[in-house]
Amino acid sequence: MIVNRKPLTFWERLYLPAIAGGLKVTLRHAYRTLFQGKKVTMEYPEQKWAVPTDYRGAPYLVKDQEGNTKCVSCQLCEFVCPPKAIRITPPGPAGQIADRPNAEKMPEEFEINFLRCIYCGLCQEVCPEEAIFLLKDYSLTGQSRDEMIYDKEKLLALGGTHGGIQKWKHKLEEAKEQENFPVKV
Amino acid sequence: MNWNFIIFSIVKIAIVVGVVQGMVAYAVLAERKISAWIQDRVGPNRTAPPFMKYIPVVGPALIRLGIFQPLADGLKFMLKEDFTPAGVRKIYFWLAPAIAVIPSMLVVAVIPFGSQIGAQKMVIADLNVGILYTFGIVSLGVYGIVLAGYAANSKYPMFGGIRSSAQMISYEISMGMSVIPVLLIAGNLNLSRIIGWQSAHGWMVFYAPLSFIIFLIASFAETNRLPFDLPEAETELVGGYHTEYGSMKFALFFLAEYSNMIASSGMMVTLFFGGWTLPFWGLDHAATSLGMGLVQILVFLVKMLLFMALFIWVRWMFPRFRYDQLMDLGWRRFVPLALVNILVTAVILWMKS
Repeated sequence: MIVNRKPLTFWERLYLPAIAGGLKVTLRHAYRTLFQGKKVTMEYPEQKWAVPTDYRGAPYLVKDQEGNTKCVSCQLCEFVCPPKAIRITPPGPAGQIADRPNAEKMPEEFEINFLRCIYCGLCQEVCPEEAIFLLKDYSLTGQSRDEMIYDKEKLLALGGTHGGIQKWKHKLEEAKEQENFPVKV
Repeated sequence: MNWNFIIFSIVKIAIVVGVVQGMVAYAVLAERKISAWIQDRVGPNRTAPPFMKYIPVVGPALIRLGIFQPLADGLKFMLKEDFTPAGVRKIYFWLAPAIAVIPSMLVVAVIPFGSQIGAQKMVIADLNVGILYTFGIVSLGVYGIVLAGYAANSKYPMFGGIRSSAQMISYEISMGMSVIPVLLIAGNLNLSRIIGWQSAHGWMVFYAPLSFIIFLIASFAETNRLPFDLPEAETELVGGYHTEYGSMKFALFFLAEYSNMIASSGMMVTLFFGGWTLPFWGLDHAATSLGMGLVQILVFLVKMLLFMALFIWVRWMFPRFRYDQLMDLGWRRFVPLALVNILVTAVILWMKS
């Protein structure tokens, strides 16, 4: 297809109106930025984005509303983690028992290597205990590789509390009620 | 030997070189700030010595303006490793930045930046052939760039060097010819006398507007600024003629480019906008008091800074010319236009006399 272009008029060939137009556009932008505060830059450390509610940030361990560790060291997240960022050391037969009554165990050590983590959220999805959540933290920094491996204390401190149904507490109550069940003779 | 003359000349040279260097540093900042504003950004606003933020109001304001950015830039350039790539032609590689800087500094010598303070004329060298000297020196500027392109022994700098040699030589012709009407009207080659003529008769830009337009556009080409920055077209030539340069040697090319801008702004102010004069408040004749002398220097600087702002403003507005368009504009538009301009001016002057 041949597009018939109009021959340029004298003023168009002189370019001067176009130059003036360009000057006007740039001047308008400079004026808006300077005097009307219409800059597009967000000055990051002082101003921050409003993080969307479904944002997948760093995965942290959470505690329940009574301050107990929710993780039961089932190692499903360790298994599912695509980049193998999670490493869990289970307590073993002679290890420490769980904070929570009636829960079987809790991890002796729980490490997430944030240099490996890809923030996919599979650990959160797979967790049967609702113990690990991808929170809104997006700015993780450290001065060495070791610093970027977060241990259990740090993960729990960063994760905070996250209430839930408290499955094990209900199991315990149920079990207690079973014992007190009035048996008709 | 006139010791008085020597001492005052050295003092003037030191001050002018110092001021030009400082202006170059802050022109780079202005470039970054103005480009930021035009592009809806903020620009450099962080760099500061640690104690600045404790000074109330003034400190944070200066930091936001990025006043300390040039200091950091300069320090960075000086502390960087002065690396010489393996394949370069060493002597020319080391020579090129110096050859680029020296002419741009020399041009400033003939520009009168003020009338007089005491008995001292505020010009380093009040040459009778001021304009000829300027054009002579300006044409040397191309050697630094060509040599840099050649010395790098690499194809993109070579392209940059070749482009710049063609471009600068072409535009020198129209630039030189655009000034001839000014000389015809003023009847003198001495820049101080041209300013004197302008203070008596009004600014030259009203007598020779076409000369001014051609001179302005040619000086954009001469200083390798956009829209004629073909020698350092980043998008096409990596970095242009200074691709292989780093640290202070690169900074010298930067210095050369910006002092060329300063020099050509100064030339435009001197030739077309009355230099240090203003037609009111008694600023149109040589100063008799110290205060007036300083005010006239200030007038010159302000006029010059306006032109610098224009240079920067234009850079962030236009796309780069294609090489053939550049040559077409230079040879087939400006050279004939400048010739006609000379002819018309000469005829009008002849009719009047």
